[in-house]
Amino acid sequence: MKDRFNLYRFASPATFYPLAGAMIPYFAAVSVVFGLAGLYLGMLVAPTDFQQGEGYRIIFIHVPASWMSMFIYLVMAFWAAIGLAFNTRLSGMMAQALAPTGALMAFLSLWTGALWGKPMWGTWWVWDARLTSELILLFLYIGYMALTAAIDDARRADKAGGLLLLVGVVNIPIIYFSVKWWNTLHQGSSVNLTKSSMAETMLWGMLLMAMCFWMYSIAVAFMRVRTIMLERERNTDWVKTLLAGDKI
Amino acid sequence: MLEADNLECVRGERRLFAGLGFKLEAGELLYLQGRNGSGKTSLLRMLIGLLPPEAGEIRWNGEPIKRLADEFRADLCYLGHLNAIKEELTPLENLLAAARLADEEISEDDAIDALEQVGLAGREDLACKYLSQGQKRRVTLARLVKEIRPLWILDEPFVALDVAAVDWLAGIISGHLQRGGMAVMTTHQLVNIPAGTVRELRLG
Amino acid sequence: MFKIITAVIGRDLKLAMRRQADIVSALFFFVIVVSLFPLGVGPEPDLLRKLAPGVLWVAALLATMLSLPRLFADDYRDGTLEQLALAPHPLGLVVTGKVIAHWLVSGLPLALIAPVLGIQFDLSADALIVLTIAILIGTPALSGIGAIGAALTLGLRGGGVLLSLLVLPLYIPVLIFGAGAVDATVTGLGGEGHLSLLAALTFAALGFAPWASAAALKIALE
Repeated sequence: MKDRFNLYRFASPATFYPLAGAMIPYFAAVSVVFGLAGLYLGMLVAPTDFQQGEGYRIIFIHVPASWMSMFIYLVMAFWAAIGLAFNTRLSGMMAQALAPTGALMAFLSLWTGALWGKPMWGTWWVWDARLTSELILLFLYIGYMALTAAIDDARRADKAGGLLLLVGVVNIPIIYFSVKWWNTLHQGSSVNLTKSSMAETMLWGMLLMAMCFWMYSIAVAFMRVRTIMLERERNTDWVKTLLAGDKI
Repeated sequence: MLEADNLECVRGERRLFAGLGFKLEAGELLYLQGRNGSGKTSLLRMLIGLLPPEAGEIRWNGEPIKRLADEFRADLCYLGHLNAIKEELTPLENLLAAARLADEEISEDDAIDALEQVGLAGREDLACKYLSQGQKRRVTLARLVKEIRPLWILDEPFVALDVAAVDWLAGIISGHLQRGGMAVMTTHQLVNIPAGTVRELRLG
Repeated sequence: MFKIITAVIGRDLKLAMRRQADIVSALFFFVIVVSLFPLGVGPEPDLLRKLAPGVLWVAALLATMLSLPRLFADDYRDGTLEQLALAPHPLGLVVTGKVIAHWLVSGLPLALIAPVLGIQFDLSADALIVLTIAILIGTPALSGIGAIGAALTLGLRGGGVLLSLLVLPLYIPVLIFGAGAVDATVTGLGGEGHLSLLAALTFAALGFAPWASAAALKIALE
């Protein structure tokens, strides 16, 4: 993906800006291709589930969204660690650029989880371990976005947000474990939103959709990071010449 | 010896200074001058180790202060804009607490003597919230009377002091320089410090 | 190493004693919130008994949240926090002292009052004992984790609410095991498992949180 020959060169916003801009259309296109393939498999090819009928097909959105919400948080925490360790500006910007998409994935996962549950169990919400953990993950995303929004100084916002992400990443296993414990202890319903055995096509469908969401996230994060760069570096020469001349 | 090497400061999105360096030896006073917003306070915060510089290094007796950490802070005394006193405590309690935190135990007699020197005799046991602004500032300055740490970093120490107090403080700083200490100071007023070599650094 | 921790605890306790109003109001907040629940859900004893562990714990979380800004904000405003950061000791040790002092003044009183409130909910003697122990063990973790949030939000607008947003998700494991311990006692399963996990959480929090808070304080002090 990125040229690894000389990392520090690409840590400079001025270099990364045009590179990101060039890559966005490719990621967007690949995302569409994966999405079409995934939806084709998920909607048309995968067999009808004999327990849940056609309604189960929403897992082709729900599961990839859950995976992505977790994955994006880890990527954000990774960039936070890099930013705190090496004091690079771009890392903080990437983390902030990813946050809204991660939150969106979490939100999407919660909604599709609810839509899936309703026809099956008659309630719009169910406190199973995974949905509850997803809700808490959404809170973590919102906390991060609220904190970075409340700090005016961009560098302080990056560092404080980064620290919060690292604290969050350490806590996520603890929170997940405690929620599972809580759920099994209060086990009235045997609610289980995961499928124990899956036809191969279903798995492929979910993987393809996950790839679609992943490529989409990268494309959108690149778009957002470019805006953040322009905003933060508006007083530097490269931005001034860029805005005066042609757009890349 | 305090040494600053190729320091760069970026605040918000502006570069305040770059390539800044100086050396300070025992008995010397560094006058930091410049307009408001030129980066004086930022430079002081770099020297005390609270603000990491964008580039460059600060060394104390040859070692980078980042590596020295606690050791460097043991030699450092910083007075900023804020008084750094707790209003609920008395002047005496404040002085004793400050000394304890700095690992410098001073006796109660010494503390009372210091407070007397700044004109707070008789008020040592009154909670600081009952003192006037000027008196509170004097509690802060009283810390310098018995201060033995070699490096003093003072951010506008003369602000809001009357003439007699200005002379007194100048005397305290001189005494410190004469004993082999060193000081970095920002001030808008030109104050005459009788002893010690004075260097100037202008920012902005 | 212990000298600086005890020096900081002594200082913070002395300050707390001269500002008792803050502490007492947080305690009253706890009492009031707990009393709101029966008013909201009805006085039926069976229902209240079932709700009690959760209600008491959530109220304890909220009362702790209220007292968190006090941890660093006053020192930040008058410049003493800076001086603490410039002391020739690791800032993490200073924060450990502050967290312990904070617990002594906010968590410990909660643990002492909770059994009295538990009686209002008709909890058995066993449950009351486990409740007290659980809150005693769990509140230091709340002070520790809360310190991270307090340090991150130092000096920011919307401080209190933002602080809650950051810290409450991190409090969830403590809530689950703390309330779970009492629940398990009531249903006869025994709360030892929960209490051990709670103790583990507290140890982990006290070991890890002061250093994360110190890092956050340094960011705020730049």
